[in-house]
Amino acid sequence: MWSYDRHLQYPVNIKTPNPALAKVIISQYGGPDGELAASLRYLSQRFGMPDKKSKAILNDIGTEELAHLEMVGSLVHQLTDGASVEEMKKAGLGAYYTDHGFGVYPQAAAGFPFTSAVLAVKGDPVADLTEDLAAEQKARATYEKLINLCKDDPDVVDVLRYLREREVVHFQRFGEALNGVQDKLAQKRFYIDKK
Amino acid sequence: MDTEINRQKMLMSQIRSLAFAVNDLALYLDTHPCDQNALRCHTDYAEQLHDLKMLYQKEYGPLSIYAPMENGWEWIESPWPWERGGV
Repeated sequence: MWSYDRHLQYPVNIKTPNPALAKVIISQYGGPDGELAASLRYLSQRFGMPDKKSKAILNDIGTEELAHLEMVGSLVHQLTDGASVEEMKKAGLGAYYTDHGFGVYPQAAAGFPFTSAVLAVKGDPVADLTEDLAAEQKARATYEKLINLCKDDPDVVDVLRYLREREVVHFQRFGEALNGVQDKLAQKRFYIDKK
Repeated sequence: MDTEINRQKMLMSQIRSLAFAVNDLALYLDTHPCDQNALRCHTDYAEQLHDLKMLYQKEYGPLSIYAPMENGWEWIESPWPWERGGV
């Protein structure tokens, strides 16, 4: 089970609402390389892992991704909280406001809703861990694009830089887990005929 | 009042830092379970984190629903972490 710690993993304190930034950052909430997809990907894949290290790393990184989902949701919330309907409209969020108001809905920057079609669970540890390596790189690349788009607000950039850095660490850990799985698969097996 | 809020913020900042260190070491230990140095660091930070959380909760309210709440249901009182102005 999970229990809730009443603090963010890294603080989010945005001083001024800026719906235009929320409009793009929301992709890391419910988009193809976002934190919801990441947590569901790892927490679902963990059931099919063959060794101690890969089970543990998928469980624990999947859990950390839930904390990142909360941070990205906090960014979107604080960037829209207190904005006027007019400001939402000007930022290109008129359609979003129609369906979701000032709520935080898991969708991609381009507007399509979250779908589990963006993640895979192959039930094959090498295939799954290789997907996870790519997923971390795609998330890193997305954060870099967001940093380029959000340069006007250093408080937003600070949070995005933190999240980008975690993708790099997760990539490293998944690589080590994949090596462990491949070493195990490459072990010589001896079969003894008891006759 | 301001110094009290600053103290609460400082304590929370230390808790976050220690929780980060414990979590990052946990990920490292998942794939390097025999690294004794990392294991010692994990234990050290985990103990510090536990003590600091106890201290914080005594003064500023619960960080989890598993904390005893002796002054009424404090869980719903302070701003939530995702809110502007949350600690």
